[in-house]
Amino acid sequence: MSRADGFLTEGYVRKTLIPPAPPPRRLGGPLAWVRTNLFASWTDGLVTVLILAALAWLVPLALRFLVFDAVWTGTSGEACRPEVVGHPVGACWAFIGEKINYLAYGSYPAAERWRPNLFFALLAFGAGWMLWLGAPKRAWGAAYLFVVFPVLAYALLAGMPALGLVSVATGLWGGLLVTVVVSMVGIVASLPLGILLALGRRSDWPVVRYACIGFIEFWRGVPLITVLFMANVMLPLFLPGDLTVDRLVRPLVGIALFASAYMAEVVRGGLQAIPEGQMRAALALGLTKTQALRAVVLPQALKIVVPGIVNTLIGLFKDTTLVSIVGIADFIRVLEAARADPRWSAPAVPATAYAFAALFYFAICFGMARYAGFIERRLAAGDAR
Amino acid sequence: MTDTPAQNTPAVEFAGVDAWFGTTHVLRDIDLTVARSETLVICGPSGSGKSTLIRAINGLVAHQSGTIRVAGFTLDGSAKATDAVRARVGMVFQQFNLFPHLTVLENCTLAPLHVRRLGLNAARDLAMGHLARVQLADKADRRPAELSGGQQQRVAIARALCLEPEVMLFDEPTSALDPEMVQEVLDTLTELAGAGTTLLCVTHEMGFARAVADRVVFMDEGQIVEIAAPDAFFDRPRHPRTQGFLSRILG
Repeated sequence: MSRADGFLTEGYVRKTLIPPAPPPRRLGGPLAWVRTNLFASWTDGLVTVLILAALAWLVPLALRFLVFDAVWTGTSGEACRPEVVGHPVGACWAFIGEKINYLAYGSYPAAERWRPNLFFALLAFGAGWMLWLGAPKRAWGAAYLFVVFPVLAYALLAGMPALGLVSVATGLWGGLLVTVVVSMVGIVASLPLGILLALGRRSDWPVVRYACIGFIEFWRGVPLITVLFMANVMLPLFLPGDLTVDRLVRPLVGIALFASAYMAEVVRGGLQAIPEGQMRAALALGLTKTQALRAVVLPQALKIVVPGIVNTLIGLFKDTTLVSIVGIADFIRVLEAARADPRWSAPAVPATAYAFAALFYFAICFGMARYAGFIERRLAAGDAR
Repeated sequence: MTDTPAQNTPAVEFAGVDAWFGTTHVLRDIDLTVARSETLVICGPSGSGKSTLIRAINGLVAHQSGTIRVAGFTLDGSAKATDAVRARVGMVFQQFNLFPHLTVLENCTLAPLHVRRLGLNAARDLAMGHLARVQLADKADRRPAELSGGQQQRVAIARALCLEPEVMLFDEPTSALDPEMVQEVLDTLTELAGAGTTLLCVTHEMGFARAVADRVVFMDEGQIVEIAAPDAFFDRPRHPRTQGFLSRILG
């Protein structure tokens, strides 16, 4: 009688329970790792070889340009000319070295440059306070960063003659300073504004809902460059003759509103992912709708959309380069101005300038992405199951 | 049924209540008075309006005509009345609806902190007391997702109890549970009923209804079809719809 027949006719009762056993040991060693991860099949192997070949071609090229053939010292473009140096020239870092102050502050008066420096330090302090999750009294950190710091920063950068700080017109601000100011205003304004717009778009009140939909769709439907030109050229035409808006503030507002429309849609995605029962349960506990949103719905919704928020912020940061087109001396524009310096006319200089800009933007965006990844892992660990 | 002299208003009172979802008539001429300390089981086929009925009690569902009075407050659509009622009514849902981003303890202290404005220590003590009552004090620092379904539902009960409510509403509290966890939740409900909490429970657990309920309400098509004491309800159902329903679910 076969075993299967036995089951059918006789039934089955286990006599001893099986105790848990460890899993079979995996094949160890680096060779086994290479085989399973890089050369598991011939297509895997082909892809591995192709990627290695590309790296073997690109990495030396990049290293030669950035390091080995680079010129590190010099006082003019002469130092970066191959015929002067006597070998092919990669990056002309001497150029960046000499222009570094201009790249950082633009035309901000040299005697007052301690003010942007203090501004950077205050910003780093506030940002560090907020970004370090284990920091003490983070609520105070938020109050500092969102209320105290903007006032301080304005007084510090624009000047406050009453305090002995000479006024510095925004037209003189430039470089990294302007890029940081524009991005920070965009980031700080777009997140709360985006949350409000997202909530408004889901409001029960049609007036609010349609106003928010209209706002979001308008700003999403217009290219940023158009917004910036409108802010720069058209806005003064609409305002009464004696009222002017600062040339730096105009694109700032444009960017903040533009980014908030995108942020609103990201946040709305998160809100839609939260089951209705969460709101219902919060209301049943006696919380008001505002309390329920703040304590129950938004924390969960924002957690879901951390990748989307960071994506939007990275986009916003890179989009700030467009203000250079409407005459704001941001990092890209001062870099352009610096490389047009006839004293530094050498074939290697433009390439150096763009490589430096690429490294600069990449470092910051990659930092944001890494930090977001860290936050995501932290949040995921928070509700490990 | 109730003999607390200071609280002589009924816990819940429906008078001629009608409600619609769009054009669907979901509650039809509901008249129902629930005394203090009474345990009421509401049953009926799905879509009969049971959940809508108990959601109307704390204003999660708005009614368009008639009067609903809860603990002496008339739900007139004003935020003030709704807040007053919600602060006095605890609710437990079929899907638990615990807040997954908060610990068990934080789930329980949310309403005491935000609604009753207790201090942090008072709120914690209160929450720990009610968690102990549902035998989950040792899970206070866990996240809801780490608990079994039955444990989650008991946390939801503790969370509602932290309002120190005059009325507890249960919307099919065991329907989403694995069979082996149903009993622990029913035991908690039985304990609450025995302790004199006013309790309205939508459930298909007929054994529980027979053992614990003071009265059983049978609903169908948005209306109350029959109200009876459990023995009479199960042994001598009078309305043909009740008879049909009972014969279907009791076999």
